[in-house]
Amino acid sequence: MSNAMKTLTNGILKENPTFALVLGMCPTLATTTSAVNGMSMGLATLFVLVCSNVVISMLKNLIPDKVRIPAFIVVIATFVTMVQLVMQAYLPAIYDVLGLFIPLIVVNCIVLGRAEAFAAKNTVGLSALDGLGMGLGFTLSLTVLGVIREFLGAGTVFGLQIYSSQFAALIFVLAPGAFICLAYLMAIVNKLQKK
Amino acid sequence: MKNLIVAPAPHAHSGDSVRKNMLLVILALLPAYVVSVIEFGWGALITAAISICACVLTEWCISRFVLKEQKMTIGDLSAVLTGLLLAFNLPSNLDWWIVIIGAIVAIGVGKMTFGGLGQNPFNPALVGRVFLLISFPAQMTTWPTPQGFGGSYVDAETGATPLYYLKHIVKAGDASVIDQLPSLMDSFLGVMGGSLGEVSALALIIGGLILICCRVITWHIPVAIIATVACFAACTGLAGALPEGLTTGEYVAYELLSGGLMLGAFFMATDYVTSPMSAWGKIIFGIGIGFIVMVIRTWGNYPEGMSFAILIMNACVPLLNKIRPQRFGEPKKA
Repeated sequence: MSNAMKTLTNGILKENPTFALVLGMCPTLATTTSAVNGMSMGLATLFVLVCSNVVISMLKNLIPDKVRIPAFIVVIATFVTMVQLVMQAYLPAIYDVLGLFIPLIVVNCIVLGRAEAFAAKNTVGLSALDGLGMGLGFTLSLTVLGVIREFLGAGTVFGLQIYSSQFAALIFVLAPGAFICLAYLMAIVNKLQKK
Repeated sequence: MKNLIVAPAPHAHSGDSVRKNMLLVILALLPAYVVSVIEFGWGALITAAISICACVLTEWCISRFVLKEQKMTIGDLSAVLTGLLLAFNLPSNLDWWIVIIGAIVAIGVGKMTFGGLGQNPFNPALVGRVFLLISFPAQMTTWPTPQGFGGSYVDAETGATPLYYLKHIVKAGDASVIDQLPSLMDSFLGVMGGSLGEVSALALIIGGLILICCRVITWHIPVAIIATVACFAACTGLAGALPEGLTTGEYVAYELLSGGLMLGAFFMATDYVTSPMSAWGKIIFGIGIGFIVMVIRTWGNYPEGMSFAILIMNACVPLLNKIRPQRFGEPKKA
């Protein structure tokens, strides 16, 4: 049981995809303009991660080694398409904001990386937990980044006005602010983990 | 290099120090500051005072509470210079809290994050300015028109800068705003709208010459920047991009005298930490800045691109520093 716990928490803290593995930077930087956007991107990735990890670990003995990457991509793309269509149908507002970044989950390094590094070598149960842990870690870091950027850049948190938006620094909602916030967050997380 | 005599100790110290160099740069900025005080009155005094105080205080707080250093670095005057340069790059009637944010970003993000003076890849004052320009575009692009101490600090009358008109003229081919340009003499002396310290080309050139004469900076970077901008503007003029009523000569002169060009060329681009070391490196650095400035001024969205150009070329400095003098005793490369 401790092994399962370890697998689950591994992705949240020790090997957090954003702050420790530094994977999936493209959605991290581009979609965290607000807390809601960051969180929905994280949740979409979480779903794909868990499902693809489960399916790939089930199929791991059937897939020939030489064509494993294309096979993994097909599995991942299937789930990404499902997420995309569901979001388009039921969450059109968020779908419009995230736009291209949802289909791009297919090529997200975390998803393929976990399939290759974990799901292809471990049991179905552990793979599911790994996907869940990694997905939660990703969601958590994207939400934190989104909250900070939204707070500094628009004066709101989850759409709730905290202070007047005329005092907010627009740069944090734009690309340079994403890099600045991510760099400081990463520095702080690394500093805290060293202790 | 043939005259270099290497002697054993004791050596006499030339008395050169960071503090002395920073003090000289601050002194060289004074003529331009005097002009801006005459032009913009209280605004120039208040903005510069807030900016300098905030920069020094930020550096003190960070080294005291975050880095927990024993030795304070504020005595080397580099924070004072950053604060003054930041103020030079801001409109004189900017809200006080925006100035403070700019100072915190300039010192905190631009300098101390990288490890303090000597470690920062980008010019701290420009980091602060560009941060504010992107964050508060409306406040950062309304400049008060010069009215000395007669105008009030808050409700100053605002107007567009010559560069805004120039861009309009060249990009849209609209000759109707040529009348709106200040006379060339006004541009040279600084009687026009603009950021606090950038208006008077004359005062900035005097300051720049003081620095070159005192050997604080070398001529390479300013000359390369100014020459590149002049060539680019002349080419634009000769290519027939100018409408009737504006000659190529006038256009070149306006491009050279407007905006932050002189301030950037003499005081911002020549920052020791963020400029290349070798002579050729400096010349390439200057050409790069001049070229990027003119590209932004001609085709970009912003009327002025000096701060962006310097920051972009700052990023290239590690590459340019690969140009090195030949090491003593090293065989010549084939």
